[in-house]
Amino acid sequence: MIYFILISLLLLLMIAASVYSIAQKDLLYATMATGIISLILSILYYLLQAPDVALTEAAIGVALTTIIFVITIRNTVRMEDETDKKEKFKSAVK
Amino acid sequence: MTYIIYYAFILMALGMIFSAIRFVKGPTAADRTVALDTLTTIGVAALVLLGYMFKRFIYVDVALVYAVLGFIGVIVIARYLEGAL
Amino acid sequence: MSIMDIIGGILLIIGSTFLFLGGLGIFRMPDVFNRLQAGTKATTLGGMSLVLGVGFLQPDWIWKSLIIIIFIAYSNPISSHALARATYRRGHYPYIKSEDKENMDAYQEVVPHTKEKEDKA
Repeated sequence: MIYFILISLLLLLMIAASVYSIAQKDLLYATMATGIISLILSILYYLLQAPDVALTEAAIGVALTTIIFVITIRNTVRMEDETDKKEKFKSAVK
Repeated sequence: MTYIIYYAFILMALGMIFSAIRFVKGPTAADRTVALDTLTTIGVAALVLLGYMFKRFIYVDVALVYAVLGFIGVIVIARYLEGAL
Repeated sequence: MSIMDIIGGILLIIGSTFLFLGGLGIFRMPDVFNRLQAGTKATTLGGMSLVLGVGFLQPDWIWKSLIIIIFIAYSNPISSHALARATYRRGHYPYIKSEDKENMDAYQEVVPHTKEKEDKA
């Protein structure tokens, strides 16, 4: 019973972090939410009796993804741009 | 001993929920980074306790990797906020 | 139940209580530096004592538990220090109590120097 409650709580936290990461306009906060998703996914792999997959997920998701995304944000922009999207699309199509 | 493990799991789940609420609410970027760091530390402790619950020695290695690598993301974000990356 | 089990159970209770207090402090404190204090020091003590308690409960694991304790003890203060320095250099100053009644936060405490608005760098 407590096993079921634990897995349900972890899945709810993971879904909430995913929705937050999609809906957030600030890309740095979305990157941090990706770190939370990786942590909970690693615990879930661990509960499903696959420690090697959890090891790989921990090593890649917590360090490599965050570093690559932060360096990308440093070289581009931090806030997602929402102004006149249709004109950008039109100019890109033409 | 079983009730002590249940107690520890319930308290750690409450701590994770409070940290997640602060992660969603926090006004500045530093608040969210502190919440992420706390979530990582509570996650390491939860992985070790789950390894004790399953009685498998190899499961502690995941917690070891998390304890080694968990602070690199926080340091990278802090250097980016400082402007010195 | 031997003496090692009793010591391990007491360490488990202490560790989980301090982990919960760290989460609660992050939720309750009014300032970035106070949250940093609560969220780093309390979780460092909690995590170290909980891992040591598991090492007492299962005496074959004590060396790996000691390695995890060493890594927690050096990685948590490093990240806390880097984050506090970055926050201070961005212009957020710590909580100072004064008679200025203009800047009150949600817990009815005076925070004169803290900029509570969203930062966009």
